[in-house]
Amino acid sequence: MTTTPTETAPATASPLRRLLPGAPAGRDPRGSTLLRHLAVAVFAGTLVVLVTNQLAPYQNLQVARVCAFLCVTAGHTVLVGLNGQLSLGHGALMATGAYTVALTQQALDERAVRGWWTLPASLLAGVAVTALGGLVVGLAAARLRGPYLAGVTLAVATLVPAVTTIFTGVFNGEQGLSFPAQTPPAALGAYFQPERWLAWIALAAALLTMLLLANLVRSRFGRSLVVVRDDEVAARLAGIPVARTQVLAFVVSAACAGLGGGVYAMLTATVAPGKFPLDLSLFLLMAIVIGGLGSLAGAVWGAVLLVALQDLPGLLTEHLSLSAGLAQRLEGNLALAVFGLVLIVVMLAAPGGLQGGVRALTARLRGAVRRRPATRRSPDR
Amino acid sequence: MTAVLEVEALSSGYGPVPVLRDVAFTVPAGTVTAVLGANGAGKTTLLRTLSGLLRPTGGRVRYAGEDLRGVRVEHLVRRGLAHVPEGRGVVTELTVAENLRLGGLWRRDRADARRALDEVYELFPALARRRDHAGHQLSGGERQMLAIGRALIARPRLLLLDEPSLGLAPKVTAQIMALLRRLRDERGLTVLLVEQNVRSALSVADQGIVMSLGRVVTAAPAARLRDDDQLRHAYLGF
Amino acid sequence: MERFWFLTFDGLAAGAVYAAFALALVLIWRAARVVNFAQGAMAVATAYVGYAVVSATGSYWLGLAAAILSGLALGALVERVLMRFAGPGGPLNQVIVALGLVLVIQAVLGMIFGNEYRPAPAPFDTDALTIAGVAALSPYDLWVLGAALTVVALLAVLFTRTPIGLRMRAAAFAPEVSRLLGVSVGRMLTLGWALAAAVGALAGMLVVPTGLGLHSHAMDLVFVIAFTAAVVGGLDSPVGAVVGGLLVGLILSYVTGYLGPDTTPLAVLVLLLAVLLVRPGGLFSAARARHV
Repeated sequence: MTTTPTETAPATASPLRRLLPGAPAGRDPRGSTLLRHLAVAVFAGTLVVLVTNQLAPYQNLQVARVCAFLCVTAGHTVLVGLNGQLSLGHGALMATGAYTVALTQQALDERAVRGWWTLPASLLAGVAVTALGGLVVGLAAARLRGPYLAGVTLAVATLVPAVTTIFTGVFNGEQGLSFPAQTPPAALGAYFQPERWLAWIALAAALLTMLLLANLVRSRFGRSLVVVRDDEVAARLAGIPVARTQVLAFVVSAACAGLGGGVYAMLTATVAPGKFPLDLSLFLLMAIVIGGLGSLAGAVWGAVLLVALQDLPGLLTEHLSLSAGLAQRLEGNLALAVFGLVLIVVMLAAPGGLQGGVRALTARLRGAVRRRPATRRSPDR
Repeated sequence: MTAVLEVEALSSGYGPVPVLRDVAFTVPAGTVTAVLGANGAGKTTLLRTLSGLLRPTGGRVRYAGEDLRGVRVEHLVRRGLAHVPEGRGVVTELTVAENLRLGGLWRRDRADARRALDEVYELFPALARRRDHAGHQLSGGERQMLAIGRALIARPRLLLLDEPSLGLAPKVTAQIMALLRRLRDERGLTVLLVEQNVRSALSVADQGIVMSLGRVVTAAPAARLRDDDQLRHAYLGF
Repeated sequence: MERFWFLTFDGLAAGAVYAAFALALVLIWRAARVVNFAQGAMAVATAYVGYAVVSATGSYWLGLAAAILSGLALGALVERVLMRFAGPGGPLNQVIVALGLVLVIQAVLGMIFGNEYRPAPAPFDTDALTIAGVAALSPYDLWVLGAALTVVALLAVLFTRTPIGLRMRAAAFAPEVSRLLGVSVGRMLTLGWALAAAVGALAGMLVVPTGLGLHSHAMDLVFVIAFTAAVVGGLDSPVGAVVGGLLVGLILSYVTGYLGPDTTPLAVLVLLLAVLLVRPGGLFSAARARHV
């Protein structure tokens, strides 16, 4: 994955140099990174809030779903793209967060505990439990170099849905769990669109995730992620604990997936194993690959893609007027085939993904603007 | 004397980094040619380019009068060009016998391959004794013997040998050099020998090529290199 | 005690299939340093081919041959067309390409054959024979055990006793040196993928009749179990894959028999995590664990 440039730190400087404490490469000349990220987040948040005011309920739910997936894809792309560790189990991690939130919400409701803080508390519990699960998986996989994380997480993704049927008493098997839906606070007025409120909550979670990850990526830890990916020996020489960094990266990524899963469960106020099949984990991977591995902006593309993907199969078969039998076979499968193919083609031909394309385009535009006043240099100098 | 190897204006490198620049020399048949020079002079890169492991960025290599451009690495050994890479090139997971068998798998003349194998065991009795030991169980000297022996099974005309003395005791190094002399004298083998150990290399070589920073700075008979104090001080450091 | 013996025989028969499948994984891992995550999907695809031939000709054996041959072809194709070009980007790219392949294969199978389980009849009786009052193996179990172990033995002979096996091992261990000795490393890699996919195809044909039938996801769980078996034995060790497969087959059989079939998936997960945490290198591998 050395070919994938990182979102915020161009790979031109030597990785070791960027690691040195106080190395100028890590500082941003435009002032505090945190403030800048905060400004971007506030701007993006305001924009989305304004947009949601114009949208119909179903569209607002789509926005909310994009935000829920964004929590997951952002954490996932940092793990795979920047740290070079492949997880095929982020769908199962989402399920962990979702079930924890559902169980917590149910328990609170049964004890008639109510208040604005119950949802944040449940989400926090979801994040904590998922991070803990991530710790176990990460520890197991980090003992050896190689494909172990991919294998273990694939096992988790394949097997975790079955766990819900083993402990039917807790998880209620295939049926899943349901809990009271979120309602907009009275202060927003009696006729406030509930879906808009859900979109706002999801947006808050997504912005928080993006903000934290954006700063993490720019931090010392973020730089060590990249060094560990590119050169384990160099990382060790620079004093970076390689295995621990990998485990920590997986835990952070799992926590994000837990939050996303919890928000995802909140949107429908239900959870069921059927919502978290093996394919979901593969879709998540596909989304970040197509978005552009290692890029937080690419994670946004990926999240949008995932929601579009869920709505696509119905659309396709609806408009193609096929026989019932054929339509049933194509339903879902056609999209799967196309996306599998896209995944392969992107990986072989354009590992930078969509965001890589966007970056190349803006660089070219910027170059064109900058070049215009000066005389054009010949390519051979 | 005909030249087995003619190198003209050869350049090559790793990616955008050039290592060899405009290298030219010839290796006469039946001689030992030593390639000398400091660490990083491009000696190993030269051998890797000659045997096609690295694609040259310019110039030409003629082996036995034939241009080697476009000849695949796997086919060179069939033409009698054997390369023993740095670090012994023994497949450590395989046994001695398997390593030697591997050296002759491509040969159509099974009977001669078997004869060559017997000759190698005769030449290196130590290998015959350790036939069923894995490569990683051998000593450094034994590994070098195995690598050279395996190359001999191909009945090569030209042997490219990369740092055979690396990490070996002086006595073992002397044995290897004596062996090279014998192979040249008895079988007419042509050897291109890359060495850091200048004294050992010049003790067996007929001519020497001195490299520095990717270029050939001097090519001269070995005796002259041994005696020319100025050259020795400038490039060979003794 | 009777039940114990029954479960033991049953576990060995299942374990033999896991062993063959794990062996196929290890073959590719050793040759190319990639875990072929598409192996389950590839095996299902070849099983569909096999059973299409079975229903067309009425002969199980022709179907079996067709499955194995299509496995050889599919494996070679995947290496030549995909993996060769994904390779330079590193193992991560190859794994992602393999996962893309999983999506494509499963979707295409679903489009052609539909999403329901199709019957996959076994060539022999699947009712257990009773030996000395103990219900032991069924004739089909015997065939599975025999076929899987035969393949393992054939592979062992191929790799240790034949020139092509020596070439393949050398190409895997030391590609550059092998090329200098006249071995076409690229061809050996293609052959390795072809062989592994053929072994996977056989394992698929053996395991499908013991499950719910033919389905594009029929090998998902088998793949995970085989990966676990390979990890138990050590990904680098063919002997380990075989022993690991049999061991995992036995453990799962006991767990299923004594605790109920629902617990099998959890047992696989616990086993995989436990092995990695306690003895990460596997039982037969020389790989060294890191401290975390």
